[in-house]
Amino acid sequence: MQLLHEPSPEQIKDLRVYAEMGVTDEEFALVENIMGRLPNYTELGLFSVMWSEHCSYKNSKVLLKKFPTTGEKVLQGPGEGAGIIDIGDDQAVVFKIESHNHPSAIEPYQGAATGVGGIIRDIFSMGARPVAILNSLRFGELTKPRVKFLFEEVVAGIAGYGNCIGIPTVGGEIQFDPCYEGNPLVNAMCVGLIDHKDIQKGQAKGVGNSVIYVGASTGRDGIHGATFASEELSEASEAKRPAVQVGDPFMEKLLLEACLEVVKNDALIGIQDMGAAGLTSSSAEMASKAGSGIEMDLDKVPQREKGMTAYEMMLSESQERMLLVVKAGREQEIIDLFERWDLHATVVGKVTDDKKLRLLHKGEVVADVPVDALAEDAPVYHKPSAEPAYYREFQQQPSYRPNVTDMKETLKELLKQPTIASKEWVYDQYDYMVRTNTVVSPGSDAAVLRIRGTEKAIAMTTDCNSRYLYLDPYIGGQLAIAEASRNLVCSGAKPLGVTDCLNYGNPERPEIFWQLEKSTDGLSEACRVLETPVIGGNVSLYNERSGVAVYPTPVIGMVGLIDHVDHITRQQFQQAGDAIYVLGETGEDFGGSELQKMIEGSIFGQPPTFDIEVEKERQEQVLNAIQAGTVSSAHDLAEGGFLVALAECTFGTGLGASVHVNGQDHLSEFFSETPSRYVLSVSKENRSHFEKLVPKAVCIGEVTEEPVVKVHNSEGHIILEEQVTILEDTWRGAISCLLKSKV
Amino acid sequence: MRFAVIVFPGSNCDLDMYHAVKDELGADVEYVWHDETSLDGFDGVLLPGGFSYGDYLRTGAIARFSPVMKAVIKAAESGKPVLGVCNGFQILLEAGLLPGAMRRNQNLKFICRPVSLIVENNGTIFSNGYELGQDITVPVAHGEGNYYCDEVTLEQLKENNQIVFTYKENINGSVERIAGITNKAGNVLGMMPHPERAVDSLLGSNDGLTLFKSILTHWRERHAITS
Repeated sequence: MQLLHEPSPEQIKDLRVYAEMGVTDEEFALVENIMGRLPNYTELGLFSVMWSEHCSYKNSKVLLKKFPTTGEKVLQGPGEGAGIIDIGDDQAVVFKIESHNHPSAIEPYQGAATGVGGIIRDIFSMGARPVAILNSLRFGELTKPRVKFLFEEVVAGIAGYGNCIGIPTVGGEIQFDPCYEGNPLVNAMCVGLIDHKDIQKGQAKGVGNSVIYVGASTGRDGIHGATFASEELSEASEAKRPAVQVGDPFMEKLLLEACLEVVKNDALIGIQDMGAAGLTSSSAEMASKAGSGIEMDLDKVPQREKGMTAYEMMLSESQERMLLVVKAGREQEIIDLFERWDLHATVVGKVTDDKKLRLLHKGEVVADVPVDALAEDAPVYHKPSAEPAYYREFQQQPSYRPNVTDMKETLKELLKQPTIASKEWVYDQYDYMVRTNTVVSPGSDAAVLRIRGTEKAIAMTTDCNSRYLYLDPYIGGQLAIAEASRNLVCSGAKPLGVTDCLNYGNPERPEIFWQLEKSTDGLSEACRVLETPVIGGNVSLYNERSGVAVYPTPVIGMVGLIDHVDHITRQQFQQAGDAIYVLGETGEDFGGSELQKMIEGSIFGQPPTFDIEVEKERQEQVLNAIQAGTVSSAHDLAEGGFLVALAECTFGTGLGASVHVNGQDHLSEFFSETPSRYVLSVSKENRSHFEKLVPKAVCIGEVTEEPVVKVHNSEGHIILEEQVTILEDTWRGAISCLLKSKV
Repeated sequence: MRFAVIVFPGSNCDLDMYHAVKDELGADVEYVWHDETSLDGFDGVLLPGGFSYGDYLRTGAIARFSPVMKAVIKAAESGKPVLGVCNGFQILLEAGLLPGAMRRNQNLKFICRPVSLIVENNGTIFSNGYELGQDITVPVAHGEGNYYCDEVTLEQLKENNQIVFTYKENINGSVERIAGITNKAGNVLGMMPHPERAVDSLLGSNDGLTLFKSILTHWRERHAITS
């Protein structure tokens, strides 16, 4: 919809036009106060996007402060495009995760594709070479046609963008639960590598230096995308489809290569991508961080459409655009460099000293706003918090124990649950090998990439069991960090740090804010104990549709360092005759379990009991044992419990497992989801060394030549026996089977 | 022996090709930008995978008009080895250096995974290091690798022994499971699977290295005779 005449400042106030932009009465009064006059339509637009939750974190800031964000290896914490952690040899790893939930709910292919494109720009705008993409996805149940459509299109969108730009999509996780039906979650993470000397900052320093625009032209797509992302979805959201951008991975590939050349040139002062709130956020943030101002002539901005207004240009979220600040007098060098990549760079403004963002259009000043007011002075809210009734009820429930008669059938049913089943249907569509560094490909606990020219490798994962967070956000938050960290340890890596994507419902509802509050407490505590600082992330609130909020879903992206490629460990068993160990006692933990959901159709009760100190001790022991070369394979016990994990260790190997259980509570031994547990395999010659390093690990059997999973009881009788091929086929085929079924 | 890796806007396996040749084969290699007009200083030409020009219009359809393609055709005509992998293969088809065309994969989805290939002809300059009928593991990563040619062309391919690799299982719908073919002269090979991704066992397979070694072996033999 296009306005023929923009409302006057007086009309904006009198008719409360600001309310349509998501600005409250109080916020409007604050703007008026800051400006010392009424803002015009363009100026109000700048405030509305910069003060949206998406850009300002106004509702979550108070909670984000709790995260530990420093550490001796942290080179860049939150605040720039992405965080950076030292990995030695003057190299560093750069990573960040971001959501693209609302666009993906409306237009799944482009929503997911541009989510990938956006996070890649965050990485290369730091000067880093993007080396891997991961994702974390949440959908409703795969039995619904709309959910199938969203799922297939989101996967295709991620593949379409990542494959074309040539960055491998190496890992991810997907969970299916009814609460995500109307509001799927699409979180994308990108990991990059950088030499310390190349680290860039998005700053507009040096009065008189030039502001350069490069990349795609600005169109009317994505106007108010950041505001759109900061409200609940509803039936009316379909009408906001124009707020979803369209991606061009080919353009971004050119931009990526050209920018990585430009960052080596000392004429460059600062660089930032135009992500959410496009030209507005990139210019205001770069100026604010440098304590300067920027003046831009919008007539010089490359435009895709005729007759665009200043408001439209400033709020457009057209993709594949970057803003640079370049030393005065050396603009042509940079312009020529881009020209080689067929990209047209244009000087659109200059750095000033008055700390204002001043915009000219058709010879007139159309906006003149203090940059700090936009970038720093958004109001901060501490919303009311209230313990939800459901939580009190769950806490009072007796411990849940499912009623299972046939263990073998239950195992097969669990392997068929889409959250557990093989995601091969998904990652078969992702080019996870391009750039030829992928040592451990998708489908393992963590993905591993070697670092070319060194003996080192990095491991990475995304994780979050939001069911536990729903049952108890504090414990669930701790569990999310712990599981991500455990996944890295299983691959042989020392966890380095965290990027988080906090996906929640509407924070204006006290019980949602309570979830945010409690879970960030849990996340912070676990990060502190496990020494994995949070170096950046993203908050996505208002994930609701028609009043149904998603489970609290703080997706954890974690990266770890493997000192030597020889330490890289896989979850699959390696050779027959290796002893199988379990580390960690099993309790009766079925609240929020896959089995509970499968049998009862819903989750309730309490999440597993958890001790973060025990978690830490076991992670250290397992990593030690791996680094000492005593471990053949390592896998953590997660959704579905022990039998699912044991079966997964055999898949793709042609091997089997023969184990015994000593306890009497077979149901818990098989399916309980007690955390902090591992299945490890160890070769005969390493057993005694391994047992010294991990004294509490219990040997329960061995890897067999015969591809059969056999479980014996304490008297030596077989209580469960099944061919690996049958289990594997069930697990491998479940998702494509669900997609094809008409029900 | 000196190789050229052609870089088109949107190529993204150029780095993999470069490192395969430099680090694993140990031969000289240089990137050559798409607007170069001569390949005279090179003994072999490698067209890497990727999405040249974003695959817009049709895979390889725009890249074939790049200035460097005249030099690629000249190199092919002069008998130098020319290898096109994935998008490189698609460009060779569009440039008319190889017969046939590509369609979207039969399942209409991108497919990325290691696959088994059968060596159908080990008499070429690209495959002399393999056993005839050998089963090798090489990854594929493509959305449009469903090779098509008409029956007359297929007969010619067979008669001239131009089919070098076939898929053990037909993953994408290709005619006769064709994964890689040469031109009639045998010095231009196009293949969808990525041998440059299979040169280091740390990453799963080194079966592709034999292909590069074959080229080098052939060049050395020829070089020894002519010098």
